[in-house]
Amino acid sequence: MRPWCITLDSVHVPDGFFNAATSVGAAGVSGATIAVSLRKAGRDLSDRVIPLAGLVSAFVFALQTLNFPVVAGTSGHLLGGALAAVLVGPWVGSLCIAIVLFVQSLVFADGGLSAYGINVLLIAIIPTFTAYGVFRAVRALLPRQKSSVVTATTVAAFLSVPLAAAAFAVLFAIGGSVDIAFGSVLIAMVGTHSLIAIGEALITAAVVSAVVGARPDLVYGASDLKGPLQLRSRPGETALEPCLESPGDGK
Amino acid sequence: MPGVPRRRKVKSNTRLFVVGGLLVALALALLVSPFASSSPDGLQAVAEKQGFADSARASKVDTPLAGYAVSGVDQPRVSSGLSGVIGVLLTFGLGFGLFAALRTFRPDGQQPESPEV
Repeated sequence: MRPWCITLDSVHVPDGFFNAATSVGAAGVSGATIAVSLRKAGRDLSDRVIPLAGLVSAFVFALQTLNFPVVAGTSGHLLGGALAAVLVGPWVGSLCIAIVLFVQSLVFADGGLSAYGINVLLIAIIPTFTAYGVFRAVRALLPRQKSSVVTATTVAAFLSVPLAAAAFAVLFAIGGSVDIAFGSVLIAMVGTHSLIAIGEALITAAVVSAVVGARPDLVYGASDLKGPLQLRSRPGETALEPCLESPGDGK
Repeated sequence: MPGVPRRRKVKSNTRLFVVGGLLVALALALLVSPFASSSPDGLQAVAEKQGFADSARASKVDTPLAGYAVSGVDQPRVSSGLSGVIGVLLTFGLGFGLFAALRTFRPDGQQPESPEV
């Protein structure tokens, strides 16, 4: 883990990768988005969601310390946007990740202070909202059941990572510290992070699957599954007969 | 977040669920993260290969927990595990506090809904 990374002790964008204008611009975009999230989060914060949202922050913090090897000499770690978006929704979720980044930057010196806006944009905002969009799109294509929540989560988590990596490449082309061809940074970032995305998808799916199994009522992305199970039949289909009423069966 | 039994009386168990989840997060931070990969992460590896890693400047933040180690604790795995535990508790506390405040003082000007328990 980081204590032995002599170079940076960091998993996020450090000071110095971006010029001042880009850092300030990203901070502006991040600040505006977080302000909208703060406004929108209120209606999602029932008494039950408040401790859960704190737990999402704590869990993402813990999972981000678990760097897993991807290829020789490279590791990856969770970003957590998809996890937060599915569990508590994109508004509360983006705030959860911004809190993690805040603590990492200010207490653990991970992620530069001047790069906080960039880190919020790349880790708290872009993955969370894109993952939520993908999640909703995939769920719309699948039957309304618990397993669809996990499938949609897996796809959303997987796609959110290379998307964030591509966003980094775009930002670096705008105001990176070194003049490198956009295509070169893009291919390197998206290539490496497509492998990391497999870990993101597996970890996120495992956690969401556990929560959906234990407490589906707490999962924002499964809120349409609430309520007792009911036998329903579509028009034109034969309704299922309750077994108890069928006479003379079996015995 | 395992360790939480499935019950019919779901809603009253939210506290149990959150405590269980927090214990899992603490265990991951204390016991697993000291053994996580120490290779550079994706961004850092790309920065090294693409030749912009050198433009990184050390963070100006200087705290006893900088770099995910607790200053004064020399054993690296213990130090790293303890820093993770502190981080989990800090993020939970900050998150809980912020969201509780957001519910009380809703910035969209609406009244908090009646408690749903």
